Amino acid sequence: MTTTTEAPLKPPEVTAAEWRPRIVAFLCNWCSYTGADLAGISRIQWDPSVSIVRVMCSGRMDPTFVAKAFSMGADGVIVSGCHPGDCHYQEGNYKTLRRVHLLKRLIEGFGIDPSRIELVWVSASEGDQWAETANEMAARIRALGPLEVGS
Amino acid sequence: MSDKPKLALYWAASCGGCEIAVLDIKEKILDVDAFFDVVFWPVAVDFKVKDVEAMDDDEIDLCLFNGAVRTSDNEYMAELLRRKSKILVAFGSCACEGCIPALSNTTTRDATLNWAFADSPSTVNPDRVMPQTRTEVPVGVLELPEFYETVYALDQITDVDYFVPGCPPQAHQIWGVLEAVIDILENAKPLPPKGTVLGAGDKTCCDECPRERKEKKLKGFVRIHEVIPDPDQCLLDQGIVCMGPATRSGCGGLCVGVGVPCRGCYGPAPNSKDQGTKMIAALASVIDSDDPEEIDRILDGIVDPVGTFYRFSMAHATLGPVTVGAGNGNGESEAGS
Repeated sequence: MTTTTEAPLKPPEVTAAEWRPRIVAFLCNWCSYTGADLAGISRIQWDPSVSIVRVMCSGRMDPTFVAKAFSMGADGVIVSGCHPGDCHYQEGNYKTLRRVHLLKRLIEGFGIDPSRIELVWVSASEGDQWAETANEMAARIRALGPLEVGS
Repeated sequence: MSDKPKLALYWAASCGGCEIAVLDIKEKILDVDAFFDVVFWPVAVDFKVKDVEAMDDDEIDLCLFNGAVRTSDNEYMAELLRRKSKILVAFGSCACEGCIPALSNTTTRDATLNWAFADSPSTVNPDRVMPQTRTEVPVGVLELPEFYETVYALDQITDVDYFVPGCPPQAHQIWGVLEAVIDILENAKPLPPKGTVLGAGDKTCCDECPRERKEKKLKGFVRIHEVIPDPDQCLLDQGIVCMGPATRSGCGGLCVGVGVPCRGCYGPAPNSKDQGTKMIAALASVIDSDDPEEIDRILDGIVDPVGTFYRFSMAHATLGPVTVGAGNGNGESEAGS
């Protein structure tokens, strides 16, 4: 038998003036996280509104994580994994590709702009590409404004 | 009044199916009546709300509450019965997850009212008269409950002890729960931990499905009216969107047994909170394509992902209720549909 009760988690309250985008990025351990790490050690500046969550494979990114991120105050989500064909686990990134396509349709149905989810392939050698992705996403979310889930 | 344990049943925003389901236990309803004193059950016995209001707190031993919370009256009854009951059970999918009534969380209160009272083809209402909470007429003031913007599951309104899912809960499960409660009360046994889902399985609907699954990869989805499904093969393998992988077991595979895909009425599978996102994970694994454009073409076969994946669990959808209008994207097209 299982239990279903759990205290609801709520996003922190901020005023309009204080608002800055909160972007959660799920990066795979083998390519994208290493790519972001490379951007760091290469001292490439990227937007500080992106917070990285390392997962072993982009295929570990359960769609529930994205929904939970949005409901807890994220304004955008980046999912990044190895380039097609390069997945450490053979096909995890293909599963991610299909999940994100369906997830975008789902959040659109909930009245959330599908461009608030971004899927990119970043390899371990593409630190500059990671920084570019983070900056582009931050600019896009700034233009879209804060997300209010369930209002 | 007898000194038998007291039983109450109530319906809020529901279709009445859960009430019928209780009678589906057939002659065992006599055992229920023999053990319990039914003190409130609007559909079957003639006690009024004022009778409940007159009771002491915790006077009712067991209350089976079915239906979602849609109006101020539903909310009042939910809180009243919580106060008067030792054990409050969210009984059926509406009380557990919002069920069909909560599908109106995909649109606005106004769109719902406009459709129901003015715009639907079977309605004649040229002056667009809408229900009012307070109307003065010559004989006095008429009052109606307030119609809320959102439909809630029972546990979003008040403290719930146990959950019995299903639309409706199946008779053998209901009897199983009642039998267990009778045993607990009669022999002073300890209650299960609070929040337990009763009268359901611990696996997914797929685990009790009689069909054979080969985990085929799909080049397209079909809808149930477009095909005559093979009687022995997994429906999802045949391209029919079946909620089995994301749904709790307990029904005995009723729908899949007669060639209809699982629609998800037993709610999210154990250890998952959100049925829709789990379904996305399951579906993404069976699509046979690595090409973004082809994936989109295949996904076009899934009509209305929100309504399909959250048909019974909309009230608890992580991203719900649907934001209509505003700057978040679309949603407008959902209004009134």
